[in-house]
Amino acid sequence: MQTFFIVAILVLGFLITFQIAKASEYVGIMRGEEKARKQTNKINAFLLLVFLIAGMIGVYYCNERLKGKILGAPASDHGVHIDNMLYITIGITGIVFFITQIILFWFSYKYQESDTRKAYYYPHNNKLELIWTVIPAIALTVLVGFGIFYWFKITGEAPKNAMVVEITGSQFKWEFRYPGKDKILGKKYFKKIDDAANNPLGQLWEDPANHDDIYVSGEPMHLVLNKPVKLVIGAKDVIHDVGLPHFRLKMDAVPGTPTTMWFTPTKTTKQMKEETNNPAFMFEISCDQMCGKGHTNMRGEIVVETQPEFDAWIMSKKPKYFAAFPDKDPATQKADTAKAAVAPVAMNTMK
Amino acid sequence: MSEALQIHPEVAVGHDAHHNGDHGHHHQSFITKYVFSTDHKMIAKQFLITGMIWAIVGGLFSVLFRLQLGYPGQSFPILETFFGHWAEGGQIKPEFYYALVTMHGTILVFFVLTAGLSGTFANLLIPLQVGARDMASPFLNMLSYWFFWLAGMVMLASLFVQTGPASGGWTMYPPLSGLRQASLGSKIGADLWLVSMALFIVSSLMGGLNYISTILNMRTKGMSMTRLPLPMWAIFFTAVLGVLSFPVLLSGAILLLFDRNLGTSFFLSDIVVNGEILPNEGGSAILFQHLFWFLGHPEVYIILLPAMGMVSEILSVSSRKPIFGYMAMLGSLFAIAILAFLVWAHHMFVTGLNPFLGSVFVLLTLLIAVPSAIKVFNWLTTLWRGNIRFTPGALFSIGFVSLFISGGLTGIFLGNSTIDIHLHDTMFVVAHFHIVMGVASMFGMFAGIYHWFPKMYGRYLNSTLGYLHFWVTIVGAYLIFWPMHYQGLAGIPRRYLDKSSWLSFNGFHDLDKMITVVSIVVFAVQLMFVFNFFYSIFKGRKVTTTNPWGANTLEWSTPINPGHGNWEGEIPEVHRWPYDYGKDGRDFIPQTEPIGANESQH
Repeated sequence: MQTFFIVAILVLGFLITFQIAKASEYVGIMRGEEKARKQTNKINAFLLLVFLIAGMIGVYYCNERLKGKILGAPASDHGVHIDNMLYITIGITGIVFFITQIILFWFSYKYQESDTRKAYYYPHNNKLELIWTVIPAIALTVLVGFGIFYWFKITGEAPKNAMVVEITGSQFKWEFRYPGKDKILGKKYFKKIDDAANNPLGQLWEDPANHDDIYVSGEPMHLVLNKPVKLVIGAKDVIHDVGLPHFRLKMDAVPGTPTTMWFTPTKTTKQMKEETNNPAFMFEISCDQMCGKGHTNMRGEIVVETQPEFDAWIMSKKPKYFAAFPDKDPATQKADTAKAAVAPVAMNTMK
Repeated sequence: MSEALQIHPEVAVGHDAHHNGDHGHHHQSFITKYVFSTDHKMIAKQFLITGMIWAIVGGLFSVLFRLQLGYPGQSFPILETFFGHWAEGGQIKPEFYYALVTMHGTILVFFVLTAGLSGTFANLLIPLQVGARDMASPFLNMLSYWFFWLAGMVMLASLFVQTGPASGGWTMYPPLSGLRQASLGSKIGADLWLVSMALFIVSSLMGGLNYISTILNMRTKGMSMTRLPLPMWAIFFTAVLGVLSFPVLLSGAILLLFDRNLGTSFFLSDIVVNGEILPNEGGSAILFQHLFWFLGHPEVYIILLPAMGMVSEILSVSSRKPIFGYMAMLGSLFAIAILAFLVWAHHMFVTGLNPFLGSVFVLLTLLIAVPSAIKVFNWLTTLWRGNIRFTPGALFSIGFVSLFISGGLTGIFLGNSTIDIHLHDTMFVVAHFHIVMGVASMFGMFAGIYHWFPKMYGRYLNSTLGYLHFWVTIVGAYLIFWPMHYQGLAGIPRRYLDKSSWLSFNGFHDLDKMITVVSIVVFAVQLMFVFNFFYSIFKGRKVTTTNPWGANTLEWSTPINPGHGNWEGEIPEVHRWPYDYGKDGRDFIPQTEPIGANESQH
C-alpha cells in the first residue's frame, strides 16, 4: 500500500511538472518567443552564478564534514611518501580547479546574451595558446618528477635486513607463512595443495627449507615495529589484492605469478589504539580486487608490535611440517620417549 | 547511389543534380523505412533509442545497488517481488549485487556511451556536416546497427539465465571470469557476455570503418579537412581509435572463451579453486588485463571525444563566437588520440608490473593532461566576451566542461603511480571515472540531443523540462560523486556491498544514504527526460525555420525534415570554415556563403 502511494505521488508530481512545462511553452509563444527566451536566459545565467557560489560552499562544507574520516597519519615510511605526493597533487590541482571553475561560471554569467553587446570575433591567439600549453607542461613535470622519485623509493629492492612474510589469498581468506629460523621460504607447487594432508599452501616437503616454515591462518599477521618487511604475495584461485589502507599500500595477488611489496611499519597497534582513541583498533588487510561473492568480507588483520613481543608470538607457533608429519616433531618425539617410558598404555589409546 | 562517383566530391556534385531527392520519394514500406533502413538518419535514431532503453536498464541497476549501499541490511520486499531468490527477504544477495554492478558497467560503457553516443551522432552528423547524401556504405551501416542489436539481445538473454549474468566486474578479469567454479556469474553468463561483446565489436568495426571512409572520401566540394566542424574531427579520431583497439579486445574475449570452453591456458595457471586442482599451467592472468586495457583505455576516449567535439560546436554556436583555437583543438584531439594508445598500463600499476615500465606509463599518462588543459582553456576563451544563449544544449555543454575539469584533475592523482598505490581500486576511482567519463560524456550526449533534436524530428524538446533536467542532473552528479572521493581517500575498496564488518571503512553511513537518495532523484529526472524525448517526437513544438540556432554548419542548410539524400537539389558547396560567428558585425555566416570581396582575414 505504501509503495502504491509513493508511486502515485511520484506520478502526480511528474504530471504537474509536465503540465507546468507545457504551459510555460504556450505562455512563451503568446508573450512573444524572443522576449520569453531572453528572460529564461537571464534566469539560467543567474542560476549558473548561484551554482558556482553554492558549489564552492559545498566543497568547503564537504571537506569539513569528511576530512576527519580519512585514515589519519600513515603507519609506514612509504605511507609518508604517498601522503606527501597526495598533498603536493591536491595543492597544484586545487589551484587549477578553483581558477578554472570560477572562470567557467563567471564567464557564463558575465557574457550572457545582452542586446547591448556584440560577441567579439576572436578565433585564435598563438601566444595565449603557447602559454597554456607550457604552464601545464611545467606543472606536470613537477608532478611526474616527484611521483617517479617516490615510486622508485617505494618499489625498489627491499633492504637486506627485511623480514619476509608470505601472504596467500583465496576465496575468501588470507593465509600467512613465515620462513622460520633459516629465513628462507621453502618451495611450493600448487598441485600439492591438500588441506586434508595439512598442506594448505602446497609446500614441497622434500625441500628442507620448508621444515621450519610457520603457517598462520585465522589470526592476524604479526609484524615488527620499524623493521622492514617484504611481503611475498600469491593467490590460489582468482586475482585478489593485498590492500593495507593504514600503510597506504596495495599489491595484486595473482595465481601463478608471485608479486612482492615491502615497507616498514612505523607504529604499533597499541600506539594506533591510543592515537585513534579506539581500543578496538586493528590494522586491516582488505581485498581490493573483485574476487567473487565474498569479496566484501575478505578481511585480514595485522598486529604491529615490538621485537620481544613478536619473538614471543612466533615461538608459540609450530612449523606446519610437524603437523603434516607428527613423527618428525621433536616435541612429539620427546613426548613419545617420555610417555613410552612412563605410560605405554596411554600412548596406545592416543594412536 | 553511385559510390564510385561519390568518392571524388568534385565529380559527385555534378552527378547529384539529376539524382536529387530520389530517395526521399521512393515508396518505402514500414520495414525498409523504420527497421532495415539504410538512411543514416534513421540508423542514428535507432542507435539513440536503443541506447536510451539500455540507459534506463543500466541506470535502474545502479539505483538497485545504491539501495544496498545506502541501506545495507534493510529489507525492501518489493525487490523480492521482482527478483525472487536473487533478493530473498527483500535483501540483495552478494551474487545479485555483483551481477548488477557488472551489468551496469557493461551496459553504460559499451551500449550507451559507445553505441548510443558515437553511433547516434556519427551516423546523424557525418553525412550532414561533411555534405554527403549518406554514409560510404549504407548497407554496412545498417548491419552495424543490427549487430549491435544482436549483441544487446544476447546480453539481455544473459540477464534471464538461471545462474545470472556475468558478475566479475565490467573488466571481466580472469581467472574469476574464466572459472565456472569461481562464481555464479562465471557460468553461462560469462560465455554470453563474451559472445555479446564479440558481436558488439563487429558492429563497432563496421560502423567505424564507415565513419572513417565517409569523412575522408565523401566531403562536398570545398570541404577541406580543416574546414570540417570539430564534431567531425572528434568522431574521426574516435573511429580510428575504435578500429585499432577493439580487435585487441576481441582477441582477449576469444582467448577467454577458449580458456573457458576448450581447456586452453592463455590466462590460467596454478589454480586451486574450491579445493579442486586445475591442470592449467603456464598462462598469465595479467595478459588478459593488457589485452583488455589496450582497448579499455582508448575506450575512455572513444566515449569522450565525440562529446568533446559536440560540446565545442555547441559552445561556439551558443556564445555566438568562433571556437577559440580551432587548430589547437584539432591538434589536441590528435594528441589525445595518439596518447590514448600509450597509457593502458596505468590501470595496472599494482599488478606487479615492472616499476620502470610503470614510470614510463606515469609520464605518458600525465602527458595527456597537456592537450586536455589546452581544450579546457580554449573552451573558456570561447565563452569570453561572447553573447551566450543558454539553450539546454549550451547548459549541458557548460556542465560538460565543469565535469571534465573536475574529473580530469582527479585523473592526475590516479595517473601518478605513487598515489595510485593507495587509491587504486578504491571509491576514488569510481568517483573519478564516473565524473570524467560517465557523467561528462552523458552531458555531451544530452547537449547533442537537445541541439540536434530539431534536425532529427523537426520539433523541439520542451525546454522547461530541459532546464529542470540540466539543473537536477548537474547538482545531483556533484552531490553523488564529489564526496565519494573522500571514501576513496579513506581507502574503501570498490565493489564492497557492505562495509559494516570493517573498522577502517565504517564511518560513512550518512554519506552513503545521501548518495542513494540523490541517485534515485537523478534517475527519476532522467526518466522525465526520456518522457520529454518521446512526447516531443510526436507533440513537440514544431520547428519553423531551417536554421533554428543560427548555426553555420551544413546540416542546417537541409530542409526541416530532410529525406533520404538530405538535400533537395545539389549538395551545397563550402567556402569557409564553420566558425564565422560575429565576424565583421554579422551574427553568423554559413559555410555555404562565398568569401566576400572585402571580408577581413582571420
